[in-house]
Amino acid sequence: MKVLVCVKRVLDPQVKARVKADGSGVDLANAKMTMNPFCENALEEALRLREAGIAEEVIVVSVGGGKTEETLRHGLAMGADRGIQVVTEDSLEPLAIAKVLKQVAEQEGAGLVICGKQAIDDDSNQTTQMLSALLGWSQATFASEIKIEGEQATVTREVDAGLETIQVKMPAVMSADLRLNEPRYVKLPDVMKAKRKPMDKIELDSLGLDTANRLTTLKVEEPEGRAAGVIVNSVGELVDKLRNEAKVI
Amino acid sequence: MSNLVIVEHDNNEVHAATLHAVTAAQQIGGDIDLLVAGENCGAVAEAAAKIAGVSTVKVADDARFGHHLAENLASLIVEQASGYSHILASATTFGKNVMPRAAALLDVAQISDITDVVSADTFVRPIYAGNALATVQSADATKVITVRTIKFEPAAAEGGSASVEQVSGGADSGLSSWVSQAVSDSDQVDLASAKIVVSGGRGMQSGDNFAMLHAVADKLGAAVGASRAAVDSGFVPNELQVGQTGKVIAPDLYIAVGISGAIQHLAGMKESKVIVAINNDSEAPIFQVADYGLVADLFEAVPELDAAL
Repeated sequence: MKVLVCVKRVLDPQVKARVKADGSGVDLANAKMTMNPFCENALEEALRLREAGIAEEVIVVSVGGGKTEETLRHGLAMGADRGIQVVTEDSLEPLAIAKVLKQVAEQEGAGLVICGKQAIDDDSNQTTQMLSALLGWSQATFASEIKIEGEQATVTREVDAGLETIQVKMPAVMSADLRLNEPRYVKLPDVMKAKRKPMDKIELDSLGLDTANRLTTLKVEEPEGRAAGVIVNSVGELVDKLRNEAKVI
Repeated sequence: MSNLVIVEHDNNEVHAATLHAVTAAQQIGGDIDLLVAGENCGAVAEAAAKIAGVSTVKVADDARFGHHLAENLASLIVEQASGYSHILASATTFGKNVMPRAAALLDVAQISDITDVVSADTFVRPIYAGNALATVQSADATKVITVRTIKFEPAAAEGGSASVEQVSGGADSGLSSWVSQAVSDSDQVDLASAKIVVSGGRGMQSGDNFAMLHAVADKLGAAVGASRAAVDSGFVPNELQVGQTGKVIAPDLYIAVGISGAIQHLAGMKESKVIVAINNDSEAPIFQVADYGLVADLFEAVPELDAAL
């Protein structure tokens, strides 16, 4: 089975996003970028499936221009066999990304697609579900445990009420939650090896898809900040403030 | 304009989150219908018909909807979509799971996690863990929306008298089946709707130490929450996680104990009315959002707090 892992290049999660002065978006110029953390969980799971003999090949795919290849190379350094960059300088919405990924999944004959459950930049949490719908495959989101046995997979999902376990038919599209696994660290020799791994580049335009954006961002602004608080010196003072000043207890 | 709100429920009761989505629909304007899909969910349909401002409750009662599997539910939503300008659900794991699937089948974008309705086609939504707010305008004929519950007051659960209509459709895809659900202790105060939340982080050091927080929470009638670090370390189960990828809550009082205050955690609680931080590291970022900060060893401060209440 081939496993396709979809990854996204995002602002480093440790860096606080800064809104551009003209309100057109978030300033990413010279910002530290990285692979979306949930995508690392997705890739780690695919690598473990290969190590367990369930997957034969792990392919990382990303849609984007600029330095997207750098993020795919990180995926190759983690252990993916090859990379596919669908090249575009446009910023595509999840629906368009799902259309692109559908085409790649079908061309590659993938038996499983794993994505991160959400990208930490636009926080949409949509691509997996949309891709699953467009492929007409089964859907298992927010996975914290995946067991694949032949034509069936048993997936434990993190839901608001706790943990839900479902069984899905393969092929399937799944999204990784943070507790699915602990992504491996990349060692320097892996980085060197990754440079020689195959990387296909496909021009977005060559796919002949309608990837036009449906949403127009009118403005991006910073949320209102909180007023500065005070440091209290004792538990007694804290309880007094909560009772008599804030009046919340 | 006409809105269809997908009702979240457990086949017995309407989930409170749905009432907030109904309010968002009211702000959009036009008729509001509800879709209840479930198994033996007549009681839910009855309760839904009483929600203020609702015209019609559509009920699809069939075993294939019993566990809200995304494939079956999305196909039902798509079949029922015709005639609606807006289809909404709460941005809970229920809504997040099914709505993008329905949107893709309708070939429309989803607008995730809206926090404000500017007009019928323009909405505000947080991006980058709430560090930026984007105002987006949709060009789609059908707008599929999930609603961030804390930003919309709940609609009145009583007072309405909607008609109830049985609908069919939404073929059984046969793609997935429900196996089991491990639910949290039902004696606990619900984290999503609690007025007071006491949350613990990595500084708690163990799951056993959360007993201290439960003791304080019991006295305050509060729910217990946690940071991702505490959940990842196995101290507490995942449903307690507050943050960008866990629950987003806005209680009247949020007490953060042994939580450093990573961007991802702040995203889930910084809209709380009053924030208290107890941490032994005076440099911890949590103090930047706290109304009241106490720099102290939590293992001394929390028992002292318990005694003082």
